[in-house]
Amino acid sequence: MPKTKSTDGAASARRIVIEPLTRVEGHGKVSILLDEQNRVSQARLHIVEFRGFERFIQGRPFWELPVLVQRLCGICPVSHHLCAAKAVDGIIGAEQLTPGAEKMRRLMHYGQMFQSHALHFFHLASPDLLFGFDAPAAQRNVIAVIGEHRELAVQGVMMRKFGQEIIKATAGKKVHGTGAVPGGINKNLSLEERDALLAEMDQMMEWAASAVALAKSYTLDNLERVADFGSFDSNHLSIIRADGAMDLYHGGLRAVTATGDTLIDHVDPCDYVEVIAEEVKPWSYMKFPFLKKLGPRDGWYRVGPLARVNTCDFIDTPEAEAARQEFMKLTDGKPNNVTMAYHWTRMIELLHSAEKIRELLHDGDLQSDDLIAPPGERLEEYVAMIEAPRGTLTHHYRVDENDQVTMANLIVSTTCNNEPMNRAVRKIADDHISGVPEITEGLLNHIEVGVRAYDPCLSCATHALGQMPLEVTLVDAAGETVDRRTRP
Amino acid sequence: MSAGRQFLDALAGRHSSGAPAVRRQTLMLGWGNDGRRDDGLGPALIRIFNRRPFPGLTVSSDYQLQVEDALEVARYRRVIFADAARSGPEPFSFQRLYPAASSLSFSSHSVTAGGLLALTRELFDHEPEAWLLGIRGYDFDRFESSLSAPAHGNLAVAADYIATALETGCFEERPLAPPPGASPTMPLIGLEGVR
Repeated sequence: MPKTKSTDGAASARRIVIEPLTRVEGHGKVSILLDEQNRVSQARLHIVEFRGFERFIQGRPFWELPVLVQRLCGICPVSHHLCAAKAVDGIIGAEQLTPGAEKMRRLMHYGQMFQSHALHFFHLASPDLLFGFDAPAAQRNVIAVIGEHRELAVQGVMMRKFGQEIIKATAGKKVHGTGAVPGGINKNLSLEERDALLAEMDQMMEWAASAVALAKSYTLDNLERVADFGSFDSNHLSIIRADGAMDLYHGGLRAVTATGDTLIDHVDPCDYVEVIAEEVKPWSYMKFPFLKKLGPRDGWYRVGPLARVNTCDFIDTPEAEAARQEFMKLTDGKPNNVTMAYHWTRMIELLHSAEKIRELLHDGDLQSDDLIAPPGERLEEYVAMIEAPRGTLTHHYRVDENDQVTMANLIVSTTCNNEPMNRAVRKIADDHISGVPEITEGLLNHIEVGVRAYDPCLSCATHALGQMPLEVTLVDAAGETVDRRTRP
Repeated sequence: MSAGRQFLDALAGRHSSGAPAVRRQTLMLGWGNDGRRDDGLGPALIRIFNRRPFPGLTVSSDYQLQVEDALEVARYRRVIFADAARSGPEPFSFQRLYPAASSLSFSSHSVTAGGLLALTRELFDHEPEAWLLGIRGYDFDRFESSLSAPAHGNLAVAADYIATALETGCFEERPLAPPPGASPTMPLIGLEGVR
């Protein structure tokens, strides 16, 4: 184990490793280095993220990208599918889709947002919120939620199912669909499909509104505890519609400071390299994006529901806008920097997505047969962005005259939240673990609660029977294992 | 009563009259990433049975098991889960599977088969007869959509075994459990819910 500056000469320093984190996507581990007084000297989130995909797709025909790139992830493939499709639209000069095609894609996107946010809140985060951060490990799962709050767990499943049915109706399959094609989409929404979804719509709206109320009351009832929990001032970034409205499908980049000052605004995604750069650190496979204007030290930013609510001027659906205004009252209209407020804002977006789905289902353009835009000027490079459930997703491609991909750069949401998640880990470790004589299971869960608020997706896109269990290891500075714990 | 409530009650085996719902016979659910070589063994098995239908058998494949699959599982009397196995017996193992609530503590947006059974039981008061088919694979690390040659062979043997079981209605564990007191020769790592 390499020595760090803080451990030099500290023979009794200890390192705590949480590996892998539970209820986050993919594999990650947290290491906390304690000195001889049990004070935290270093806390880091390490991500074991496979970065080979960008290389793998080089040489492939660019029109395969929407179907190919989504296989990066089984958790949010729709976001990759749509972002790649938008990039390919740009390459073939068909950026302006037909109304039917754009609305079908948007419906697919809101379906993805709806199911992802519902599942995270009701099944992954709810044990933390309902039972407390110190609850026994056996209680921190959805079965315990079912035992005490059955209706919430059922709602989570039913909302997830509803979102997946939208994806299936628009993309052809629930996972790894083929709906979005260069310049448009390959199917419209049949009246039968529309009516089946509309039959559930009122129930979904009711549950989404209840979820906002639940997240709000949880936050306000526990404000004293959650306000400072893993919280810190940060910049916030998202794409934004031309009029400043939240737009999860398309827009220009906006970033604001922790106090709401605008750093960049309406930057065309194709110009992102002018405003964003990525830093590499030796202890993590994941890159650290930052705003060039502020540099790597101060230019890091948060993405996702909290950032999107902080950056937008308004939400263009009435119920979500009312919820946003209530949320912003807490901070007098300034950005909210409370990490646990991710949950509240995630539910505001859940409601917004439900409203958008309802609006689209009543739009006759979804039954249009005019679904493919004619190609225009062929480009050799294009950048597309979309707001995935976890935050801003960037796909940047270059292609050659033989239509083969020569370069790909994907900046995924969780990569943008890399530095913020590390800050949250450090803050929680400082506040709750530093100086504590015995590190309990409940204390370690505090760290995971902070990371889970971001709903990170670390998926490596493979799985099989026989994967590693959760292991918590306590190792001293010399690399000797002091304690090892496996969760049930 | 809401549509959702009615749906849940029906799945839980209760019509509004209180009469038990009629459930379908057998669901075979194969999952995996067929863009990552042998991880695609589960979907590959489903493709075989798509071409070879059996009365009373419904097949479905997906990338990962998800919580909403509990809604589907709750509709059936018997469920066969099929996945690739990184370790364990060759050419395949076939084990009875039981609800494993504890495996849900590791769950994310995807769930284990045992965890899915636990969800089905807790949410819909139904516990189907469940089996876990683990087809041994060898190569999980490359982005290729073809199976390795030995995995392909294992798939063929496993498919024949399942076809025979469906024809005869005789489902038995493979490999057979060791006699009482004997040490198992191969630990079944990660088979949550297998007893």
